[in-house]
Amino acid sequence: MNNKIKRILPQLLTILFVIFVFGFFTINAQVNMDNRGIDFGFGFLSQEASFDMQFTLLDYDGQDSYLWAYVVALLNTLLVSFLGIIFCTILGVIIGVARLSQNFLIKNSAAWYVEFFRNIPLLLQIFFWYYAALRALPLPENAQPWFGVTYMTIKGYYIPSMIWENLNVFMSCLIAAIVAIIFIRIYARKIQEREGKQLPVLYISLALITILPLFSFLIGGVTLDFEMPVLKQLAQTSFIFEGGIALPPELIALVLALSLYTSTFVAECVRAGIQGISKGQKEAAASVGLTPNQILKLVIMPQALRIIIPPTTNQYLNLTKNSSLAAAIAYPDLVLVFAGTALMQTGKAIEIVGITMLTYLSISLAIAALMNWYNKRIEIKEK
Amino acid sequence: MNLSLNRIKSQNQMTNIYIGSALLILSILDVFLNSFFRINISGSLPGNLSIFFPLILGFLGLSYLRTEYSGYKFLDSLNKNINTTNFNAFLTLFITFAILKAFPPALSWMVLDANISGDTKEACTGTGACWTYIKVWFKRFMYGMYPNELHWRINSAFLLVIGLGFVGYFFKENLKKYLALYYVVIYPIIAFLIIYYLISGGAFGLVWVETGAWGGLSLTFIVSFFCLIFCFPLGMILALGRRSNLPAIRYISVGYIEFWRGVPLITVLFMSSVMFPMFLPQDFFMDKLVRVIIAITLFEAAYCAEVIRGGLQALPRGQYDAAKSLGMGYWKMHIFVILPQALKLVIPGIANTFLALVKDTPLIFVVGLAEIAGMLALAKTNPKWLGFAMEGYIFAAIIFWIICYAMSKYSYNLEEKYKTER
Repeated sequence: MNNKIKRILPQLLTILFVIFVFGFFTINAQVNMDNRGIDFGFGFLSQEASFDMQFTLLDYDGQDSYLWAYVVALLNTLLVSFLGIIFCTILGVIIGVARLSQNFLIKNSAAWYVEFFRNIPLLLQIFFWYYAALRALPLPENAQPWFGVTYMTIKGYYIPSMIWENLNVFMSCLIAAIVAIIFIRIYARKIQEREGKQLPVLYISLALITILPLFSFLIGGVTLDFEMPVLKQLAQTSFIFEGGIALPPELIALVLALSLYTSTFVAECVRAGIQGISKGQKEAAASVGLTPNQILKLVIMPQALRIIIPPTTNQYLNLTKNSSLAAAIAYPDLVLVFAGTALMQTGKAIEIVGITMLTYLSISLAIAALMNWYNKRIEIKEK
Repeated sequence: MNLSLNRIKSQNQMTNIYIGSALLILSILDVFLNSFFRINISGSLPGNLSIFFPLILGFLGLSYLRTEYSGYKFLDSLNKNINTTNFNAFLTLFITFAILKAFPPALSWMVLDANISGDTKEACTGTGACWTYIKVWFKRFMYGMYPNELHWRINSAFLLVIGLGFVGYFFKENLKKYLALYYVVIYPIIAFLIIYYLISGGAFGLVWVETGAWGGLSLTFIVSFFCLIFCFPLGMILALGRRSNLPAIRYISVGYIEFWRGVPLITVLFMSSVMFPMFLPQDFFMDKLVRVIIAITLFEAAYCAEVIRGGLQALPRGQYDAAKSLGMGYWKMHIFVILPQALKLVIPGIANTFLALVKDTPLIFVVGLAEIAGMLALAKTNPKWLGFAMEGYIFAAIIFWIICYAMSKYSYNLEEKYKTER
């Protein structure tokens, strides 16, 4: 009996405490909102947003609803995160491998790269790129083309946009190619298990993914045109580029800072993963007659990836959360648009901050769940 | 590639070494003269060849130099370290030339063409950096809008707090058992009182300085220090809660930790500035700085809890069993047996959390507190000092880099130390 009380009492007290805290806050919130004449509710989401965004992926203007503004802003956040993840992975893998190089210079340069970018606060790095480095770029009229067709100016990076005709034919060809590749991989694995023969899967896949879309150009009537950015004079001294796609400096600064900062952490994950494989694995693989390439592909990488992927995903998650720093340089991401402008206009502090936090929380939890599933799947199954 | 390059080598090793070093020295000399004295000895070559000329020359030189064993110590270590394969040699040259190319402009901007004399913008006449700007604004970057004649209060408060932190080293043997008590309970309280009364004043004849005037780097330290000492006990409770075998407590702890770890700090700060006032009773005023510190503490406690949980999990089961077999209850077991050992294990992890915290504090700029990033933004838009964003951010970056690098090295050393002790 005594034991039961010992188990139940603390739990009861904790629950009561939590209920008390929540209740206290709710009552206060109600009183405060009554006093200020605000009511709780999500009806505002369908109202007209009536503010503009500098940079959007989907069509948006001031007449659209707050809900649509939320979707567009969320897409902007995801765009930054996506670009950041791609660049930080490329950089991180290169730096991580370089840290294990036998070359004294390369090893140390990589180590100093990591020490340098890891120990400066991300916000300062973003500010540095946005307010200092990118402000030193030329005005549109003085810009020299990069690679002939793109222009890096103080107002952003201008690249040609693609104009497709019959895009859906091209896309279906691409999807067909991918599906075919998946089937071929499955078939190749079966062949290998049954007969021990290895099909040149890589070359077949490369051929498929180039030839099928190419056919769509030749037969399917798909055409691709480029719209080049062209310099246009607005007034005596004011020039802008028209046409093409303009990547605003906010986006460039954010992606640069996020990928440089996160790449240091990814590099450390990669290094730890490769170092975590014992030398015996390599020697054993060599002694059964595998070539160096096969050792890397079939023995080292599968094991190293098992160590590398979980902490790296964590870093991707951090990058996504850090992308909210966009608000500090006025890139229209979720926090700036929703928790900034929309909150200011509607005054619905609780709902809007709640939605914003919940969005990030669900992204985090979704990725965490995916990670757990992946970890379970690749776990070494000991007999 | 390797084969064809080997074929052009002479059979005589000495000839190879002479040709190789001559080519290598020539290529480095070319880049060196080019970047330091703007003399381009390969300028007469057509088009892009003059850019790649040193690279090709050095590459050939290194491939001539590459031998199994030459007998010269320097050459052998060179071959072993930076010249093992063609690819390696190429990377070596690339990095060396990049450093040689980047060094002179950086040096002349930061030192040779820079200005530091004078008190106004007009004193900056050189083409390089204007350190006068930093010199004039230095006090603002360090202390924010805190009155100039009262800066000694911030300095002495920090010195006192740091000094008290070292008191633990001088504890006598018979007092050692109170060490944990001192650091977890007494020290935070004393430190809080010192910082509160010395910096904000209002008592003991000190002039009251409102928190709106606090700022600069000192605010970074105040915020991160308070958040650390407050989040530590909270994190400890949460870590114990997460490992508890009472389901309600465990789920509440897990929910708390996962919630705060899933949201970005910036939304937490927004919450503190717009949502907190709604949740507090009417007419109850809470200073913005206090709200921010509470928000960061709640946020950081979740991370702290995960670090401490790692320490708790690392302890062998035998410790729990032994404590229980002596008839200790839950609290007795944790306070006297488990936590002292676990906390010692997590010191490096806590140091890392603190490092992350210091790197995160510039964010409070977003809710309008004039921390160093905020002061930079203020200085940047001052009409008398327009156009020095670069200097400001480089200065702040250097300061933060030194602090964070020192801390990361310290936590790494701690890690090494405790690794060997176990």
